[in-house]
Amino acid sequence: MAALNLTFRTKCGADMFFETFRLALHAIFRNATRSFLTVLGIVIGVAAVIAMVTVGQGSTDQVEEEVASLGTNLLMVMPGATQQGPGTGGSASSFTIADSDAIESELASIRVSAPTNTRMLTAIFGNNNYATTVTGTDNRFMDVRDWNVASGRAFYESELRSGTMVCIIGETVKKELFGNSDPVDTFIRLKQVSCRIIGVMEEKGASSFGTDQDDLVLVPIRAFQRRIAGDRDVNLIYASVRDAFTTEKATVDIENLLRDRRNIDFGEEDDFGVMDMKQITSMLTGITNVLTGLLSAVAAVSLLVGGIGIMNIMLVSVTERTREIGIRLAVGASEGQVLLQFLVESIVLSVIGGLLGILLGLALGFLGAVVLKIPFTPDPKIILIAFAFSAMVGVVFGYFPARRAARLDPIDALRHQ
Amino acid sequence: MMPGETPQDTSVHRATELIEFREITKIYGAGEGEVRALQGIDLKILAGEFVAIMGPSGSGKSTAMNIVGCLDSPTSGQYLFSGNEVGTLDRDQRALLRRNYLGFVFQGYNLLARTSALENVELPLIYLGMSRSERRKLSYEALEKVGLKGREKHGPSQLSGGQQQRVAIARAIVTRPAILLADEPTGNLDTARSVEIMNILESLNKNDGITVLMVTHEPELAEYASRLVHFVDGRIESDVPNQVRGRHVF
Repeated sequence: MAALNLTFRTKCGADMFFETFRLALHAIFRNATRSFLTVLGIVIGVAAVIAMVTVGQGSTDQVEEEVASLGTNLLMVMPGATQQGPGTGGSASSFTIADSDAIESELASIRVSAPTNTRMLTAIFGNNNYATTVTGTDNRFMDVRDWNVASGRAFYESELRSGTMVCIIGETVKKELFGNSDPVDTFIRLKQVSCRIIGVMEEKGASSFGTDQDDLVLVPIRAFQRRIAGDRDVNLIYASVRDAFTTEKATVDIENLLRDRRNIDFGEEDDFGVMDMKQITSMLTGITNVLTGLLSAVAAVSLLVGGIGIMNIMLVSVTERTREIGIRLAVGASEGQVLLQFLVESIVLSVIGGLLGILLGLALGFLGAVVLKIPFTPDPKIILIAFAFSAMVGVVFGYFPARRAARLDPIDALRHQ
Repeated sequence: MMPGETPQDTSVHRATELIEFREITKIYGAGEGEVRALQGIDLKILAGEFVAIMGPSGSGKSTAMNIVGCLDSPTSGQYLFSGNEVGTLDRDQRALLRRNYLGFVFQGYNLLARTSALENVELPLIYLGMSRSERRKLSYEALEKVGLKGREKHGPSQLSGGQQQRVAIARAIVTRPAILLADEPTGNLDTARSVEIMNILESLNKNDGITVLMVTHEPELAEYASRLVHFVDGRIESDVPNQVRGRHVF
């Protein structure tokens, strides 16, 4: 009775690993269509998530950056009850220049305060005319907005006091009316009023909502009231909080002062609102976060669809694969050898797909950032998550049908229909 | 033959009982729908024999063959391979038994799709842990032996049925198995192709000393065997030496 030789005669270590790796690569290229479709599923899933989240994150960053550029210690005071939303309170009376001055001079928490009033007007120069926003204010506006005059000069104190019709224009207005020529010391007309240009503001670019911040004309507030608006109103006060004080403290100070000045009785609602830039920031980032959430949801669906695509391909090929496994078992492969091969094959496919997906996702994200003019800030965490999920789908759907097949009796695997 | 190159020495099995079935039964399903494919089979196959298992469809001949090949397990009874109880082996050990001692030829060829003849033949050698160059060499030799020299790079779709079956035979013998199991090897082939396949099997048995166990339902093909076993309804009806061996009817 001869003893059977049932010992493994297989190479071990690196040699075995490379052999398995080579076999897996071989199997991948042998089933090029299946491999391509599997990889495609992973690529689309990973790329979609990365692109969407990158664009969403970029918009959020953009908003935060912009609000930060306005200055986080900035408060905006508007007539009208806040419950109705700022700017909607038609019944509430406007402020006056005196209100703005009082905020600055009487409140220790406020460093500087700028009164403003704004109208939409058509600016005319020669044959060109351009509808823009005209803001009446003074030099403190540039201080609180942290915005400087690029060429020319700011208002003189005498001009502000006497209400001389001089104006400082934004970059967009300059381009629309003057093209590339220097507008300083030329005259434009605003509502039949002739106005000498004394300066051009620095370029600021688009705001979070896409409004062009450079689309403005600044005139001294007294000139604005007398020659354009025909009243003594101030519709928006910008107030900059001193570094030593919190915006909450400054908000309460302004509310108390204005209630007093506007004779609002105890128990009555404010007929004005003080908005903190933090509030505005959280409002805006709230919106972009919702958008990012939506984009991510869409991306998650793509990831899921990609996963289902992979699953579909794997299930369709399960008959062929099961027969292949049956053949391999019949010629003497052990369950472990078959599984190792299929596992390596799945991993190789998933890693290839994942890497391509990351590249494509970053490329699309970058393209989106360029088109939407937002910062390109890829998030390594999301890249990792998307990659891990897709790789997992690839491995799970590549490996588990194979495992089921490898556990069958070889004859059942061979006869699989 | 290059003795130094063989994966394992099979000569020890010569003139011994290679296969022994003791009261083997195989029952599919349970209760009312139960099918008794094998109803207590006793069978001994000696090393070097060429045994043809015959019988009508459903007589259990393929089931018996699959049990011999460790592709399927019996419901009860003992199966001894070279005196060793196969029932006590685990899955991995049965895989090793197939790898080291058995070669399969199926009716449907069962080649890997989109894979060249050479790579199909190499497949069992990969699991034996052979180096690439060694595998290449043995595979070329095996393909030459079945008359497919020059077709090594062809895939199954570029080969005729007879050629595909010869690739399958090359794959079965490349490991120099103790026994070659052929389940209706010519079932999908015409007469001329069948004769080619039978001649190869006969030569492997006579010249290379490989024990052959073949399932067929064509009496003409059974004439190539040295012994004829008839199955009917899961039992052995007759088991006789083939008196007319060599008197090929084709």
